[in-house]
Amino acid sequence: MNIPLTIKETQDGLKSKKFSAVELVDAYFSQIKKYNDEYNIFLTLTEDSAYKKAKEADKILSNKDIEILSEKPLIGVTASYKDIFLTKGVRTTAGSNILNNFIPPYSATSVLKMENAGAITIGKANCDAFAHGASGENSDYKATLNPWNKSYVPGGSSSGSAASVSANMSLVSLGSDTGGSVRQPASFCNLVGLKPTYGAISRYGVIAMSSSLDTVGTFAHTIDDIEIIFDVLRGQDGFDGNVIDFEKKSFDKNSKIKLGVAKEYFGKGLDSEVEGKIEEAIKIYERLGVEIVEVSLPHTKYGVSVYYIIQPAEVSSNLGRFDGIRYGNDRSFFGDEAKRRIMLGSYVLSAGYYDAYYEKALKVRTKMVEDFNRVFSHVDAIISPVSPSTPFKLGENASNPLKMYLEDVYTTTANIVGIPGLSVPFGFSKNELPIGFQLLGPRFSEHRLFEIGRMFHKEINYKPRVAL
Amino acid sequence: MSKSKLTKSDVLHVAKLSNLKLTDEEVSRYSDQLSKIVDYISELSNVDTTGIKPVYQTTGLINVLREDEVNTTNILPTNAALSGTDNTKNDLFVVKKILTNN
Repeated sequence: MNIPLTIKETQDGLKSKKFSAVELVDAYFSQIKKYNDEYNIFLTLTEDSAYKKAKEADKILSNKDIEILSEKPLIGVTASYKDIFLTKGVRTTAGSNILNNFIPPYSATSVLKMENAGAITIGKANCDAFAHGASGENSDYKATLNPWNKSYVPGGSSSGSAASVSANMSLVSLGSDTGGSVRQPASFCNLVGLKPTYGAISRYGVIAMSSSLDTVGTFAHTIDDIEIIFDVLRGQDGFDGNVIDFEKKSFDKNSKIKLGVAKEYFGKGLDSEVEGKIEEAIKIYERLGVEIVEVSLPHTKYGVSVYYIIQPAEVSSNLGRFDGIRYGNDRSFFGDEAKRRIMLGSYVLSAGYYDAYYEKALKVRTKMVEDFNRVFSHVDAIISPVSPSTPFKLGENASNPLKMYLEDVYTTTANIVGIPGLSVPFGFSKNELPIGFQLLGPRFSEHRLFEIGRMFHKEINYKPRVAL
Repeated sequence: MSKSKLTKSDVLHVAKLSNLKLTDEEVSRYSDQLSKIVDYISELSNVDTTGIKPVYQTTGLINVLREDEVNTTNILPTNAALSGTDNTKNDLFVVKKILTNN
């Protein structure tokens, strides 16, 4: 069967009996069996529970009287989870050998919300260990390969999540975005990826990396699907004290949308093909009647430094809990990148350096928040590159951690200031590698970003494509 | 040549703070890599932050309170809480002795 690439097509097919949910799950697992060994996408498969859930879906759908979609908006939708989402009874490794035998006794809120909405869990996806990385190469379970070209990385740290959707092994996926770990792999794999506002989605049961930056993000082929999942996941659960319930904000019918272009985002360090694509996107927005406004975010160049102080500091604290006493292996099982970040964090927090590094970074963070507040007082969103380049080759940045950190230059700011970012796919490079851009908006403006992204995809007549 | 040199003894100090044991090869490699990273992030000293208050988190929320009630849907039974290790005794985790009489 031809696997549908959107939630609507999937559910229309199920309702019209074009295929059953069991047949759908068959099709996904046959794709996994064909390609998973080659691409290292899934670490654990949940075949038995997937079929059980599919049978349930078929049973529910056979009862024609039920208006099921309001109650179960994700019925029949297959989902994979980055292996840092706890799944009760299903091994969760965080991509690290330290948790190679860890079976969580409870599930993450986001996993439960997906399953309650009808989603069928396919399995747990590979990732950079403890979500540290921009390429997937820091996984202790071999690097995931980019389904569009296996000499290249799929991006990271939610490497397997992105690859599972672009390899047609799952319709949607959840990942985490602490400094770009959903938006960058989405962009490298030709997908839509959302990093929500800090505090929109509960992180309960997601293995913590950097608690003032971590967000639960989503991958799908279309913006419509991202919106459906976002509305399922958002809202308080009582277990993550940072979560705020909020009302959906839309644009007024006749309002003229203003899109900011930050001059600091262009020029040195940005690949000319990526830059060209963003200029093309800006022209398309102009054609759509969107007002393009030049803006300035003067502290952009300090984003990576602020990020690589705050994040390792919080990492050193969060990874302190891995002592091998209550679960998992002892600290000698930490991989190279985790050790590097823990030590960097301990260093910037240690006596004599706290003020110069950690406290200083938090003050520059204030300046960055002020930059964005000022810009968002006169534009609705900002258009920006996601990554300074198209996907890079496996091994290309592996021996140079600082160079790998600089990959995050366009993505970390959204985490530092707590705003949402939507990664929007927009075609391919000359080498047939995916390119995209991101839309950044004020806190809790996700639904407006969806509108701005959707008008673009409608204009270019965007059609989802899978690599395999 | 990096300006913010983390010597091998600096690396051993942060490794100790981090409860990590390193091989000689790691000490020397991390000394080089961490020096380069610290050198890069030191650029923040160029930003004037006089009178600026730090941002610890971006929600602006302060003291999120709830009723002091037991939520029975979110309690791990003892056997589930202990399920991650074989090293238990009397329904408790076994840990290394940290206090000694000498």
